[in-house]
Amino acid sequence: MIEQALAGLWYGFSVAFEPQNLMWCFVGVLVGNMVGVLPGMGPLATISILLPLTFGMKPVGAILMLAGVMYGAQYGGAICSILLNLPCHPPHAVTCLDGFPMTKQGRGGVALGLTVFSSFVGASWGITEMIFLSPILVKVALEFGPAEICSLMALGLLAGSTLARGSPVKGVCMTVLGLLLGSVGSDLETGQQRFTFGLAELDDGVELIALALGLFGIAEFMTSVNQTAAINTQYSNVRLRDMRPTKADVKRSIMPMFRGTLVGSLCSLIPGTGPTIASFVAYATEKKVSKTPEKFGTGMIEGVVCPETSTHSSVQGDFIPTMSLGIPGDAVMALLLGALIIQGIVPGPQLISQHPDIFWGLVASFWIGNILLVLLNVPLIGIWVKMLAIPYKYLYPSAMFFVCIGVYAANNDFFQVGEVVVIGILGYVLLRLGFHPAPILLGFVLGPRFEENFRRAMLISRGDLATFIERPISAVFVALCVILIVGQIYVRLKGSKGDVYLPPEKALHPGAEQEATAPQPAPLSADATRSVPH
Amino acid sequence: MKHSLLYKRDFYAGGLMILFGLFAAFNGPRYSLGTLMHMGPGFMPTALGVILTLLGITIAATALTEKEGEGEEGILPEHPQWFAWGCILASPLAFILFGKIGGMIPGTFMCVFVAALGDKDATWRGVVALSAVVTFFGVMLFHYLLKIPMPLLKWDFL
Repeated sequence: MIEQALAGLWYGFSVAFEPQNLMWCFVGVLVGNMVGVLPGMGPLATISILLPLTFGMKPVGAILMLAGVMYGAQYGGAICSILLNLPCHPPHAVTCLDGFPMTKQGRGGVALGLTVFSSFVGASWGITEMIFLSPILVKVALEFGPAEICSLMALGLLAGSTLARGSPVKGVCMTVLGLLLGSVGSDLETGQQRFTFGLAELDDGVELIALALGLFGIAEFMTSVNQTAAINTQYSNVRLRDMRPTKADVKRSIMPMFRGTLVGSLCSLIPGTGPTIASFVAYATEKKVSKTPEKFGTGMIEGVVCPETSTHSSVQGDFIPTMSLGIPGDAVMALLLGALIIQGIVPGPQLISQHPDIFWGLVASFWIGNILLVLLNVPLIGIWVKMLAIPYKYLYPSAMFFVCIGVYAANNDFFQVGEVVVIGILGYVLLRLGFHPAPILLGFVLGPRFEENFRRAMLISRGDLATFIERPISAVFVALCVILIVGQIYVRLKGSKGDVYLPPEKALHPGAEQEATAPQPAPLSADATRSVPH
Repeated sequence: MKHSLLYKRDFYAGGLMILFGLFAAFNGPRYSLGTLMHMGPGFMPTALGVILTLLGITIAATALTEKEGEGEEGILPEHPQWFAWGCILASPLAFILFGKIGGMIPGTFMCVFVAALGDKDATWRGVVALSAVVTFFGVMLFHYLLKIPMPLLKWDFL
């Protein structure tokens, strides 16, 4: 088993080191790092914009680049949080709590330096996990019939919608809405047109890119426009030599790094708990085990290192279910899965054996990409810091152009550009009504496969719904679903107020942040055990 | 009391979901439901519509039973930006219109131009300059480098 994995990895490096793939990997992490730094641009919108441009590329290069954007943005997001106190990227919101005070003490460089290093540690662990766990998972998953796949998808969807941000009921609503949107267009089996309103352009369904850019591009711009206060860059003069930590700093960071890695990898194994939850749980854990919990929030290096490590470990770990089972854990993964589907690759347990170049190439590119990111972030920190000063009034109109041309390029059709406007309005309304639209994408991407497998399972069992509980593996998944729902209801009825995880609403309204008097990005209680959101 | 209830955000949130749910639940059966064993194309949408309606009712009912919400956010943000929102939404429409009539250069220019007008500190000169810069680099990148099939300049009325 292990030799097989190592042989696969070796093969992966040979794929990832092909000049073209190496270049795409570099482009991906570079763009990712850039958008991570820019307040108001997220990896989701960026990946959706880049997606149509990858149609002409080979699948390996395309997926390497898009994945690079995802983890590259995590490196950039930390810069934004530590130097500006702007939690524009949810996983890094918690880093502001101790990162910004460190910056005010003139130790922002140290915080950044250790963040880059700990990120690399966390990511490395996540990748190692992926190398050894994925083949095992695949072995199990290859035995799955339609009933198992179906209940596994249901579990993934349920976890993705209830454990993420905000109210669980609203999360499930978004997933169902996503599933419904996924059913627009021709029915897979009969070719019947569904919800097309007689528009021939909708025959192929709603365009994934239009959906993603409407929800995470236009709706976000509408939220942020004219809401951003002038960014305070007075502390952002960081030079390379400021980044060297003292011996004491390093010593204090080692244990938090381990704990962060652990939390992150655990969170990545539970579907639906992405990097954001991982970082919040890590911060709470660190505060709990600390001998001086009262000092947290005043610039403790532990409070920076631990959540950052766990974010990165969880980001890489999130690829495990996506690539080995074909079940994405969050919206970004759903988008990457969509990219694979567009390239004509069927995601699922057969992916590793059928397309080893994609799987192992991706894994190998993670190492390369993370090393590139360390190289990009340490010597070039000055450039990233300068980018922080780009005002939003230049950013969003340019981004609007990228949105338009990106959607146009998907099909060379203006109809989809109009689709983006409609979805953008819907997305903004949903945001204002307190929904978080990320699960829509999950439902949308999984929808057609869910329906197909459900129908097949019903056909095999001759229309007997009991098949889902009669087959043992499927029964386990169904039981987990039930536990998840009952658990949520229980927590709700108990009226838990001191939740560890509160959605960083501020992330959507960076304008609310003022410099020294800034409100804490999100209240945290010391109770790390109750990680279930409100 | 009843008056203030209607201002609750969740009440509308639930209502919207009920609306979507009912739409799907009533339109689904038009595509033939089939049986459980041989499901028709209408089965899934109908089932999802019913689920969504029920969830919507749950949300709305919770909003009704809950006491006056503290810290409840209004439906509109504190400072509604109608003009900026309009600009953002009009920007893709400008891209479609001018892109169809005039090609990529006018389409790009107008798209950025309209979007940039939405900023509260926008000046005519700044907006024109930004649009010109983005158009230049956009054309370089998308036309020459990535070869998106969209004519640079043309003139035809649809």
